[in-house]
Amino acid sequence: MAARRTLAVVSAMVVVLALAGAAVMMLNVHGEEPLGDHASPVPASAELVARGAYLARVGNCAGCHTAQGGADYAGGRGISTPFGTVYAGNLTPDAATGIGAWSSGDFWRALHHGRSRDGRLLYPAFPYTSYTQVTREDSDAIYAYLRSLPAVPQARPAHALRFPYSTQATLAVWRALNFRPGQPAADPARSAEWNRGAYLVNGLGHCTSCHTPRNALGAERQALALGGGRVAGQGWYAPALDMPAEAGVAQWPLQDVVALLKTGVAPQGSVTGPMAEVVFRSTQHLTDPDARAMAVYLQALPQRSPAGAAVATPAATALQRGAKVYEQHCAQCHGDQGQGEPGAFPALAGNRAVLLADTTNLLRVVLQGGYLPATAGNPRPHGMPPFRQVLGDEEVAAVLSFVRNAWGNQAPGVDTIDAYRAREAR
Amino acid sequence: MTLGVLRFLRGALATALAGGLWGAVLAAPVPPVAASGDMAPRVRVCTLCHGKEGRATQEGYFPRIAGKPAGYLANQLLNFRDGRRSYAPMSHLIEHLTDDYLREMAAHFAALDLPYPPPPAPQAPPAVLERGRALVQQGDAARRIPACVQCHGAALTGVNPAIPGLLGLPRDYVNSQLGAWATGQRRAQAPDCMADIARRLTPADVGAVSAWLAAQPVAGHGQPAAVLPQAMPVRCGGVDGLPVAEGL
Repeated sequence: MAARRTLAVVSAMVVVLALAGAAVMMLNVHGEEPLGDHASPVPASAELVARGAYLARVGNCAGCHTAQGGADYAGGRGISTPFGTVYAGNLTPDAATGIGAWSSGDFWRALHHGRSRDGRLLYPAFPYTSYTQVTREDSDAIYAYLRSLPAVPQARPAHALRFPYSTQATLAVWRALNFRPGQPAADPARSAEWNRGAYLVNGLGHCTSCHTPRNALGAERQALALGGGRVAGQGWYAPALDMPAEAGVAQWPLQDVVALLKTGVAPQGSVTGPMAEVVFRSTQHLTDPDARAMAVYLQALPQRSPAGAAVATPAATALQRGAKVYEQHCAQCHGDQGQGEPGAFPALAGNRAVLLADTTNLLRVVLQGGYLPATAGNPRPHGMPPFRQVLGDEEVAAVLSFVRNAWGNQAPGVDTIDAYRAREAR
Repeated sequence: MTLGVLRFLRGALATALAGGLWGAVLAAPVPPVAASGDMAPRVRVCTLCHGKEGRATQEGYFPRIAGKPAGYLANQLLNFRDGRRSYAPMSHLIEHLTDDYLREMAAHFAALDLPYPPPPAPQAPPAVLERGRALVQQGDAARRIPACVQCHGAALTGVNPAIPGLLGLPRDYVNSQLGAWATGQRRAQAPDCMADIARRLTPADVGAVSAWLAAQPVAGHGQPAAVLPQAMPVRCGGVDGLPVAEGL
């Protein structure tokens, strides 16, 4: 009797496991079309290679696939995520460690379906969720460019991911839940320029990777696309592109949006943190028509204006202390009325980056400083010193509380614990 | 400022002459333009740690950068940016700057011609100081350790364009640089001569050398020598192109 029951239980478990296995295997290839012909096209023309080089910059492939001081596109840079560190692969045409053995079809499948040549699913730290919108033509051009690079033998370091994120089964389930292969989303009702902008922003540009909030599984929340998100694992906040109070550009003159993308500075603001890298490595190289198209698309995003909550003024003692710190360390550049110095140091009065509800970036900028990216349009940028060594947590919190509530600014104060957390995070 | 520019031009001229004498192309980058007048606000970032006008003193940890050879400063900026030196705050600051701009920054600080304060009282007993002096001035041929003065100049104020001076630096800074070289935390362009030398030094050697160096007054404004009168004892990637003596 007992033996029969045991047999029934074991049988049931086997069936469940088999079903689960079959489901995962099915999910693993969910939505994929056959790869088709593996043959690579005839030797690429110089023109195709040049186009591919441009598109690789638009996609900022080097941002992840070139390590600090390393060979171009040879991979090895670690990308921190909430699930562990993912290492970018080698995109040079080395047969053993790069994409030397890949066909253009393999490359397209990686971009379009997130699957490597050997059949493994790729981690979505590689933004195939955006690149899936890239056309086969553009994919082939990037492939041709990468194949033209010098081959660098350099194996990708093993990913350092926690269980169960380290397994292909988890990836298969994740992908089934969060990914559908895409097509360039053409909207015939919109201008060609808008459509080009949409293609660049949502495809190669993969702006949503940072600017769209993510759910607990690390997937982009499509309903809040470009609505502002914490850059997972990096300790930055990518402000909303659809809110005038954050990083929305609907109200800006078009040429200012273009200037921000191409030079890193505009009269209304400048880029810091990960966006400085994006401008340095990617958007400064955009052709004028492409930069304009992106700007047109970004300006046309439906804008949100969240209801303003009543703001409690920070304690007077903190503000007084903050005012002293400001006078001693900040006023020389930012001015005694927070007016800044045009062309050199940003105004803090009315500066939306100063007033963001999420103070992550503000704390990072004060603690670690940084130069704006040096671009063709702004080759000798100014910068902010790193105050980590000079100011304690209380002083950092006090000066930020002061700056957020001086000269007409009004925003919640910054707590010492926030400054402490920001300091310890890096 | 005028003095600084003059000094800079003189350095550039000496560099050009030296290059001609040796008939070698100096791999060390030569600043493309003279430091221009509007650099001061652009490098205010640096002065928070490296002191007003880049004149950090021996009281803190950060090294003085004012008046250092332009090629040396430029090499260090490139090393930080490209990961050959590891100090995250420096690397982060200049991550998105171009070679040209970094060289311009280097030229700016190199052109500053400013006095040094007197050194602090010696921080080690006389026997240790003597050991340090001997290593700095004579080296230790048995252990294939060249004397510091063979490359860094008889006055130890460095040699243009790319060999740094060793005086006027905080002792802790010198200790940690030699330690970092020995462990691979600090690297220079290959061949990394200083890494080889640092690995031959014992901790006691390092302590003695840094104690003696930190106690020396800096003559004049610590300006680097125009040329190295003799051949380098070893080949160094950061100053590739200088003649190297055989045999050590």
